[in-house]
Amino acid sequence: MDDLAAVAALNDPVRRELYRFVTSKGRPVGRNEAAEAVGVARPLAAFHLDKLVEAGLLEADFARLTDKKGPGSGRPAKVYRRAPGEHVVSVPPRDYRTLALVLAEVVDLLGGDEVAEKAAHRIGARLGAESAATSLPGLLAERGYEPYDDDGVLRLRNCPFHVLAEEQPLLVCSMNLSLCRGLLEGRGEPGAPRLDPLPGECCVVFPQEISKTNQS
Amino acid sequence: MHLAQFNVAHMRAPVDDPLLTEFVAALEPVNTLADAAPGFVWRAIANPDDPEETITHEFGDHLLINYSIWESRETLWNFVYRSAHLAILQRRREWFHRVAEPYTVMWWVREGEIPSFKEAWHRLTLLREQGPSPDAFTFKEFYEPNGDRG
Repeated sequence: MDDLAAVAALNDPVRRELYRFVTSKGRPVGRNEAAEAVGVARPLAAFHLDKLVEAGLLEADFARLTDKKGPGSGRPAKVYRRAPGEHVVSVPPRDYRTLALVLAEVVDLLGGDEVAEKAAHRIGARLGAESAATSLPGLLAERGYEPYDDDGVLRLRNCPFHVLAEEQPLLVCSMNLSLCRGLLEGRGEPGAPRLDPLPGECCVVFPQEISKTNQS
Repeated sequence: MHLAQFNVAHMRAPVDDPLLTEFVAALEPVNTLADAAPGFVWRAIANPDDPEETITHEFGDHLLINYSIWESRETLWNFVYRSAHLAILQRRREWFHRVAEPYTVMWWVREGEIPSFKEAWHRLTLLREQGPSPDAFTFKEFYEPNGDRG
């Protein structure tokens, strides 16, 4: 399925809500849970979840959702999670990714990571300063980081620079950290985001007290 | 098949120099992290009784070597770039010289096989002299065990 068709599969509002719910969990989600969260009947949720799988946006699997084992534990339930892969649609066509990959390689070859980090910090500060009307989690969500609270810190479920971070992890993760520090500084907020990567997530975490003040 | 990785780092000073104090202090926690990481198989240890001792070798002065074996590309990647190891890696310029030639090499080994240091050095040389191939490759230019480009 092409990118346009994949993105177009999100046109239905119920489907979009289901997609948002599943991807916000960071773990496989069953049909009942998804139906309840979105407030639709289970068969309707199942229909849309399977459409999202067809579109390549979610992945389906079977898992036991309870710890019960043996007779009476029931058959495994169908569960959904975000599919790997990404879909970009630009009208008219634009390709910033290829150029970004080239530039990242140039920075690496020139040994220019410190300069790149400073530039990322400056741009972060500018974006931060322009974001006064939005909460920090709101700003991070807008920028595609998918922030969530995790026992004392604000973690970021999604790496918005994924392809680049796979290609040049050291450069891109350092630039991302600088960008995040700049964001906070530009907003005039204290605290220092730090590197604390988890497999499959963004490499940066924000201290919690900051997220608290902004959520109120 | 398991994935062997060998890398060398050119220290800015002898390992007992104050410049490297923080790096040396990070060795034990980072090695403990590696030992417990999913997919970790083996790593070269200089002295089981002293986690801060570095491996002695004949490949050059001020050269820190690191040699380990992992179950897969993904498990090695997750340790190197998706764990607390990343923050150490990010500070590499404080402790190590920038080098233009490749300083890390990977290759596939049979499960249970631990190639010698000489073999590891040979793989790095191969990468430096002939570029990435199924016999000596990198994360960026990766080869599967069957020789396909990853």
